[in-house]
Amino acid sequence: MGVGSFFTSRLDEAIGWARKYSIFQYPFVTACCGMEYMATACSHYDVDRFGAGLPRFSPRQADVLFVVGTISHKMAPVLKRIYEQMTEPKWVVAFGVCTCTGGFYDNYATVQGIDTIIPVDVYIPGCPPRPESVIDGLMKLQEKIAVGAQRY
Amino acid sequence: MDGAAILERLRARLGSSVIETHAQHGDHTAVVDPAALPAALSLCRDDADLGFDVLMDLTAVDYQKYPGREDGPRFEVVYHLYSLRWNHRIRVKVRVDEDDAVVPTAVPLWPIANWFEREVWDMFGVRFEGHPDPRRLLMYEEFVGHPLRKDYPINRRQPLIGPRI
Amino acid sequence: MDAAPATTRREFMLGEGSGTGSGQNLTVGMGPAHPAMHGIIRILAELDGEIIRKAEVEIGYLHRAFEKDCEVGGWNNAIPYTDRLNYVSPLINNFAYANAVEKLLGIDVTERCKFIRTIMSEISRICDHLTCVGASSMELGAFTVFLYMIKAREFLWELVEDVTGARLTISYGRVGGVRADLPEGFEAKVRAAFKQTREVLDEVHRLLTGNRIFMDRMVGIGALSRDETIGYAITGPLLRAVGVGYDVRRASPHWAYDRVEFEVPTQNDGDNYSRYLVRMAEMEQSMRIAEQALATIPGGPINVDFEGRPIDPAAYVDQGKQGKTEGLLLMPITLSPNLQGQNRTALERVTAHDKRVVLPPKETAYGSIEGLMNHFMLIMEGYGIRPPQGEAYFASEGANGELGFYVVSDGGDRPYRVRCRPPCLPPMAALHRMIEGEMIADLIPTFGSVNMIGGELDR
Repeated sequence: MGVGSFFTSRLDEAIGWARKYSIFQYPFVTACCGMEYMATACSHYDVDRFGAGLPRFSPRQADVLFVVGTISHKMAPVLKRIYEQMTEPKWVVAFGVCTCTGGFYDNYATVQGIDTIIPVDVYIPGCPPRPESVIDGLMKLQEKIAVGAQRY
Repeated sequence: MDGAAILERLRARLGSSVIETHAQHGDHTAVVDPAALPAALSLCRDDADLGFDVLMDLTAVDYQKYPGREDGPRFEVVYHLYSLRWNHRIRVKVRVDEDDAVVPTAVPLWPIANWFEREVWDMFGVRFEGHPDPRRLLMYEEFVGHPLRKDYPINRRQPLIGPRI
Repeated sequence: MDAAPATTRREFMLGEGSGTGSGQNLTVGMGPAHPAMHGIIRILAELDGEIIRKAEVEIGYLHRAFEKDCEVGGWNNAIPYTDRLNYVSPLINNFAYANAVEKLLGIDVTERCKFIRTIMSEISRICDHLTCVGASSMELGAFTVFLYMIKAREFLWELVEDVTGARLTISYGRVGGVRADLPEGFEAKVRAAFKQTREVLDEVHRLLTGNRIFMDRMVGIGALSRDETIGYAITGPLLRAVGVGYDVRRASPHWAYDRVEFEVPTQNDGDNYSRYLVRMAEMEQSMRIAEQALATIPGGPINVDFEGRPIDPAAYVDQGKQGKTEGLLLMPITLSPNLQGQNRTALERVTAHDKRVVLPPKETAYGSIEGLMNHFMLIMEGYGIRPPQGEAYFASEGANGELGFYVVSDGGDRPYRVRCRPPCLPPMAALHRMIEGEMIADLIPTFGSVNMIGGELDR
């Protein structure tokens, strides 16, 4: 109602649009999914065309945490610390089935899904997910970012 | 030297310390008394005709659930040796009980034994006497238990942080 | 006496050499979440100025209980776990494990299967070296080389996808053979892909091999003396870079390696630059091996020497049930695409002819009661493949060195113990020797040249 809210909603949309096309991801790469992450990021299946081409290797400078590859219990505190070091707004993508649910590593060493430790926005299953799946997940993440939906 | 000749040489030099030898599927194995292990491994490395200069692998097997060997010594520490000069291999094994799972270290002979022995300690709980740095290698320090033992269930949850599901 | 200039320079730096002289060392933890640590290594480096005085390497951040997981299911169940060991060259792991179990069983695979294993292993090896050199150049700042090499890797992954159905975690090897035969037209595709790969390697040579900056960063850095390399049981490109021409493919020829000609490239200095040169040369040799193997592979195109149009499996089973079994087993049947390669002509060329180990071809499984029972017995729990009690060790040349599998069987249908001898564990154990005395920035190319693959290191 009223002209003011028109401008703020337009502003929100504009911010959402800007954020979704300038994703600075922190690729927390541990295992095999990293190979598909590299393939997606490189020239054949380019993610740079989505604005996500510049990984930032410091959590302070990143806004999306791509957790790529199996997280073991030894690695879990490190992941949690990296997540806590990121500044808002931040999103988390669980890349690969090991991060979604633990994958087929139902054992003493593997975290059964990183959502037991940190909140996750988009789950990309696959072992490893094909780059097309990754791009699909990235586009879903972009929808979430555009709307400004967070999970923390 | 072919495998049988290597085993012959070991038997000749070590005498009764070699408890048994066998050859299966082309692999030659000698089971040695734990007390004589340093001498046996030194012999393997330093003898000119044996010349085993590479400790390819050092691992252990838990024989608790093996049909026919449940009552015998529980752990068997297995050394795979290779000679670059002669291109021959040998497997040396020692058997230790659960209560007295101590084996002399091979670190003075091959520096790689440092990490291999740490892994055996981590996974099986077999101690290596004289090891300079007996810490876990793969699991975190606060982990309780030795996961590759047969009585450690595979899906026991011991997370460092987070819920115990 | 080995007096490589690099190691004596490092000893000098660690001894009376330069440094801040303040006596206070700064401990820097290059922690597990670090791009150049490939995610999962922690190096605690004690620095005096820029020189690393003492380094400690901590591993285990990707321990996924491979050895314990293999004991849970049947012998073939371990194949997907072996894929994820060295995940940049998964085919070599599959085949080495399958061969260790075959050694235990005392069976030999068909000739064609050996050639297929050779070809696919070499393609995997090229992918591994491309990833290694690409990633380590990216860490040095040569991002273009990374993009080129990943592009070349994509061509090879298309080949792998044609044969196995997946790009990375392929689960293609089986105990007794491989899952299915090579597709039609594979040789032409390989030739095209290798042509592209050779062009990429040419470009990378022009960009890197004589490059002033690359050489300054890599020559003389991270060297390890020959005695230390052997004492640390290091094999593979790092051992060949110190002049020892040990290659498992030559020392104990398996599969088709004794029927192809190839060289084992070696260098003498043992530093990062030598390792890079060895890897680049090995890629060319791998392509040579694969091309020769494809040219001489036995059992050419599919033999269609029986008359009759192929019938679909349901009609086939019906005919069998109605008792019209004369000549039934010789008729060709059409299989669904995901069972491609499981018909008799294709399967028998690439798997061992051993009923206790290998699933029967679909004609036999659908068309005769013996085949059905055979299939059932191999799949059902408690039956399956049951090697006799015993142990076997089989080593193959992985991309990083000797990849060994030590399998122990208790006579049951599950492995009693599967041990993977990881080729990249020894270089990681020796890493602290390679970097102590170097500057902190030299840690990056040294670590990159070791080609640590986490899945294999931590298992």
